[in-house]
Amino acid sequence: MKRIVEIDKSVLRRRLYKDKLFYYAVISLSAITTLPLILIIVKLLEKGVRQINLSFFTQTTPNTLEAMVAKANGDIIPGGILNGITGSLLIVLFACIIAIPLGVLAGIYLYENQSSKFSDVIRNITDILQGVPSIILGVVAYNWIVVNITRGFSAIAGSVALSIMMLPMIIRSTEETLKMIPSTIKEAGIALGVPYHKVLFRVLIPSGLSGLLTGILLGISRILGETAPLLMTALGSSVINFDITKPTSAVPLLIWEFYNDPNLVDLIWSSSLFLMGFVLFVNIIAKRIAKKWKIH
Amino acid sequence: MEDTLMIKEEPVITFKNPVLLMEDLSVSYTEDALAVDNVSAGVKRNSITAIMGPSGCGKSTLLRAINRMHELYPNIKITGRIYLNNKDITSMNPILLRRKIGMVFQSPNPFPTMNIYDNVIAGFKLNGVRLKKIEKDEIVETSLREVALWDEVKDSLFKRGTFLSGGQQQRLCIARALAYKPDVILMDEPTSALDPVATSKIEDLLVKLKENFTIILVTHNMAQAARISDYSMFMYLGKLIEYGKTKNLFTRPVNKKTEEYLTGKFG
Repeated sequence: MKRIVEIDKSVLRRRLYKDKLFYYAVISLSAITTLPLILIIVKLLEKGVRQINLSFFTQTTPNTLEAMVAKANGDIIPGGILNGITGSLLIVLFACIIAIPLGVLAGIYLYENQSSKFSDVIRNITDILQGVPSIILGVVAYNWIVVNITRGFSAIAGSVALSIMMLPMIIRSTEETLKMIPSTIKEAGIALGVPYHKVLFRVLIPSGLSGLLTGILLGISRILGETAPLLMTALGSSVINFDITKPTSAVPLLIWEFYNDPNLVDLIWSSSLFLMGFVLFVNIIAKRIAKKWKIH
Repeated sequence: MEDTLMIKEEPVITFKNPVLLMEDLSVSYTEDALAVDNVSAGVKRNSITAIMGPSGCGKSTLLRAINRMHELYPNIKITGRIYLNNKDITSMNPILLRRKIGMVFQSPNPFPTMNIYDNVIAGFKLNGVRLKKIEKDEIVETSLREVALWDEVKDSLFKRGTFLSGGQQQRLCIARALAYKPDVILMDEPTSALDPVATSKIEDLLVKLKENFTIILVTHNMAQAARISDYSMFMYLGKLIEYGKTKNLFTRPVNKKTEEYLTGKFG
């Protein structure tokens, strides 16, 4: 028997060297992918933190004149974005009320009918819907709701546009989550003589709740920052509004308004910081839920 | 009639007033192949009947026909009749039928969102049966005592069922099936996912349970069938090859295939 051929020392060294080189290349390149997020946060903190104080969360947007006077005196701009925060919450709340039941039911249907023709059609349409530019959803909601129902810009029109954006994520996450639950859990319920709909709503959905919540929260974080559809539907408002048939502000709409007003332009950074922080927060919660209540 | 071998084409045993009676039962997943091929057999009350056979012989398929589990999957076709206490099961509401025929699965599957207490009474809870606290407590205690789990879990009734060991989880699942006081309990290889100690505990338990229940046990563990069952069926390629008293079947098999299987020539 021959002995195993010994590797030449210099070849070995070169291989180890290459291995190390590749290792550090992978690390540094993946570090680069995190750079944009870090740069964004640093920039927002640097420029925005000055404006953030209690009144930023408790007062509505200042008018141009107040801001101009404050700027001339070297003070920070008075007022805050409370009308935007409440507006965003209102619009997102109603978007959820529309999208969650529809999306969850559609997801259940897809799970139940994996391979039917109709399911394939729904799946394809869902995928396409995910790629529809948000401004088009704004145009559609404008046409449906603003023109025909509320006869004027309204929060609910914004909610409709955003709910359509949320739908694909909720449908898909519901389907995927239910698929992950072992079928024996379902069969255990059926074998106990429990009617199918009760097994679905009292065994399967609670078992997959973390997945559903994650999908919903990711959907929310996606629509929180949408501006284009809101420009054509909710329009914006300088006061706090809880009437869904009236024009309503939202944080991204305020950022757009501040951008267009030279006296208020400094508020962009703090508003962006808030929006970014909020979206990050929702995202982190979603990840936490997914991790903690993982399906066993 | 009892214990007589009826020599038709295959040796099959018949009983007076069987709890379950299958007549010409066939089940198919695809159009061209029968997973269960024309099986006729009765099941004796308060006994353990084992269904043995190599993988893919149709034993689980047969079992799942009894509580109409196949109806969850619309492409499965069933022909023939099954009678539970002389009543055709297809004339019964499947939901009510499944309350009379409990089932225990291959791997333990307690409901992951429920605690031990709720898992035992899951049948009542999910069906919306309202029970008084005392009734619930009693059902939980007697069911858990029947599966010899009470002493182990009585201090942690409100912990999740999924925190128990595999063997304990499986006993919990048996308790869940017992809670409804079914006539028949179907068991689909209930110990195949368990270690020897947990397996022997469950086997002892099954022998005790037959006083009050009729158990049909699918197993591919011949030794298990020999240890605890009163009657055994041997299935091969969907057909019921031989059915008789376990003692007779293991010592004097009539069919050559049965003998080959029992002596380990295939399987």
